[in-house]
Amino acid sequence: MAKELDKVDVVIVGSGWAGGITAAELSKEDYNIVMLERGKSQKRTDFVGSKDELKYSRRKKMFQDLSKESLTIRNTLDETATPHRSNEMNSINGTDTGGSGMHWNGMVYRWLPTDFEIRSKLEEKYGNEIFPEYSSAQDWGITYDELDEYYNKFEETTGISGEPDPLRPERTMDYPTPPLKDTEITRLFKSTTKEMGYHPYQIPSANLSETYKNLDGEQINQCMYCAFCEQYGCDFGAKADPLVTVLATAQKSDNFTLKNDSYVTRVLHKNGKATGVKYVDMLSGEEYEQPADLVVVAGYTFTNTRLMLLSDIGEKYDPETGEGVIGKNITAHTVNLTHTRVRGFFDDKKFNRYAGAGALGATMDDFNLEQLDFNEVDFLHGFLIRATQLGDRPISNNFVPDDLELSDWGPEFKDKSLFYTNRRIDMQQQNGVLPQKENYMDLDPNYTDVFGDPLLRVTYKFSDIDRNIVKYAHQQSKEILEKMGADYINVPEIDDSVEFGKNSLSDHTGGGVIMGDDPATSAVNTYSQMWDMENLFVVGASSFPLHSSSNPTGTVGALAYRAAEGMKEYMKNNKVLEKAD
Amino acid sequence: MADEKQFSRRDFLKVSGSATGGMIAGSVLGGVVTNSFLDGKNNREQSNEEDVKNDNTSADSKDYTEARMFFTRFEDFQVLEQATEMIYPEDDNGPGAIELGVPYFIDKQLAGQWGDNSNDYRQGPFTNKSVDESSLTRGQMFLLGIRRINEYSNEKYNEEFIDTEDDNKVKILQDFEKDNVEMSVIKSSIFFELLRKATFEGAYADPLYGGNRNMEGWKMKEYPGPVMSYEDMIEESEFILKEPISLTDYQQK
Repeated sequence: MAKELDKVDVVIVGSGWAGGITAAELSKEDYNIVMLERGKSQKRTDFVGSKDELKYSRRKKMFQDLSKESLTIRNTLDETATPHRSNEMNSINGTDTGGSGMHWNGMVYRWLPTDFEIRSKLEEKYGNEIFPEYSSAQDWGITYDELDEYYNKFEETTGISGEPDPLRPERTMDYPTPPLKDTEITRLFKSTTKEMGYHPYQIPSANLSETYKNLDGEQINQCMYCAFCEQYGCDFGAKADPLVTVLATAQKSDNFTLKNDSYVTRVLHKNGKATGVKYVDMLSGEEYEQPADLVVVAGYTFTNTRLMLLSDIGEKYDPETGEGVIGKNITAHTVNLTHTRVRGFFDDKKFNRYAGAGALGATMDDFNLEQLDFNEVDFLHGFLIRATQLGDRPISNNFVPDDLELSDWGPEFKDKSLFYTNRRIDMQQQNGVLPQKENYMDLDPNYTDVFGDPLLRVTYKFSDIDRNIVKYAHQQSKEILEKMGADYINVPEIDDSVEFGKNSLSDHTGGGVIMGDDPATSAVNTYSQMWDMENLFVVGASSFPLHSSSNPTGTVGALAYRAAEGMKEYMKNNKVLEKAD
Repeated sequence: MADEKQFSRRDFLKVSGSATGGMIAGSVLGGVVTNSFLDGKNNREQSNEEDVKNDNTSADSKDYTEARMFFTRFEDFQVLEQATEMIYPEDDNGPGAIELGVPYFIDKQLAGQWGDNSNDYRQGPFTNKSVDESSLTRGQMFLLGIRRINEYSNEKYNEEFIDTEDDNKVKILQDFEKDNVEMSVIKSSIFFELLRKATFEGAYADPLYGGNRNMEGWKMKEYPGPVMSYEDMIEESEFILKEPISLTDYQQK
């Protein structure tokens, strides 16, 4: 029998960006808050001296313990899904205090005005036939202009270092800190693409160019360009993460409690209202019930979707009929398609590739959703191209020109992989991904977690659009590298054999509990409040109806600030915040 | 020569640090340390054997971390040594897998969480379509694979793997890579991929794990290791070659 704890005002599931922002904002109103984090305690000193590629980039020590829970994957409705078993092949889910927000690279883009009204805007411009029949692209119920103040708020909290994208709407707030320094790689990218008529600019970064104090009084230190961001916690408190920002703010309140090793298994509810959550203390094995007036589910896409399904909240999505909402519109920047890179090799140029920062790089938006003409190309949405300098580490960077036709071991490979280690520039494209009716999430009928509950099942298949956009983007990247003077260029082959699989998912996945203006087609309103349960807010990338071409965290942050505003309003008036259209 | 001096001084600091920190009663140790510091040489008397090959790795004392944790049969370990050396051979650039300590690195990895897949999802049924999706743990996969290499060498060349000439060793591994070898449970290419990846990990991981001995892997790779800051040189156009440091140097003591 679960032990029932004393009731609190608010219980928050998850301590990443979505939960952290919620906690910081509600703690300012002095609500009594309990935050439950399934992973272990983490603090800044955990990351001092943690520059260990084997431990963090190969063994993935900051990612979810899959021996407790994982997910299963298949391509089509008639297949049996099999489990994602190891973080070695592919790390997906963060864990521990601060969640994935601790080991991100820190690229903070905004999504495009057209993203938020994708169906209406594109149909208006190109006619009702523009989306294929299998597309479930839909508007968000909110516009970019309405979200602008919340983007500003997130960028202010995190102190983002950046300069305006020349192709975007004019900013209503300057970036809090100047852009990161240029390197030989970013200089070459910028001069080359400018010559080609493009509009390069420095990637907006949460690794800060100078020490900064935000409005909550939290300090983020200046970046040391030490090359250990992605999959690492920051050694210097120089990357805006939940620990140095929003969790620090929440912890100033005596009424805020963070409990680690607390694995939430259900949202409890009665008569259409959430009453609290059930969780297991992973150290003692004891089960608890934490009653609360307001329940905030702020885990990652998979956790949020699965908790709704396990708790029987909202109508399950049915891919055959297109009805129901929970599990709908999963979209992802996939590792084996979206993030495949075009690599240029230079026989006579050497770059200091070992140095860098997670968001250090130059990018351009000349091929985004709003720049392309969809009568001219065989895909929808758009992409960015960037040349980054994240800091190469030696185990993971042993690339050689394809033209040399070498095996990936033995004497020649050793020699050439050493030679080209610092003689390389990668072009990374990242494209927008649209939802499909038969790509969705539900509960797996075969595999269970450590508590005996079914795993989440992901059903996902690439469309021709998904492949065509990447092929097109690779050609643009190749042209840039040719212009730069690369001696060899590797262009990944994208044919029908490239399919969604165990090597696809990453921390850029959204959907499952999506937002919109109609309860028939969306699970939450634009405050992330469940249509079916007014005192339950489900916050995070799970609310994305699609994935844009740039990185998702800025939008997670903006939506979390808006959700927190909605929660404050709800705690005062106990009302549904938005009526269905 | 400059290197030699640097290492013995660093080792002196390490030893003296632990001596004061741990309050080791130390006229004997103190004497040794002082001597080795003063004449700037390795203290040969402290070493039971003259291991010339590993001279600059063992510096002041013998490496007591190189015994087998996982592989119980020496003959298995010898096959592992030769197989990793074929994947990452000694050449003009520098040492190969054996001299870098890669076999001991793999042995240590297999003896821990990685070898028994304890952070992985392990509920069956399994597809056995990849390393990660196998019903075998990585440890079991290594034992099956290493023993199959030797068996296959006997089938094909009538010789033990470690005795057959290098060209044959390479051909054997190519047969594993191309799935020309029958294996139980998994395809031979799956085992080979695991072996290949682990070899590169051992060549380039921080030396704290037992491979990349004396940071020789990083020196070949022109990789500086865990450097605190590149803030002062990130804008430079020219390539800057730095002597590497390790986590042993970097972490707080």
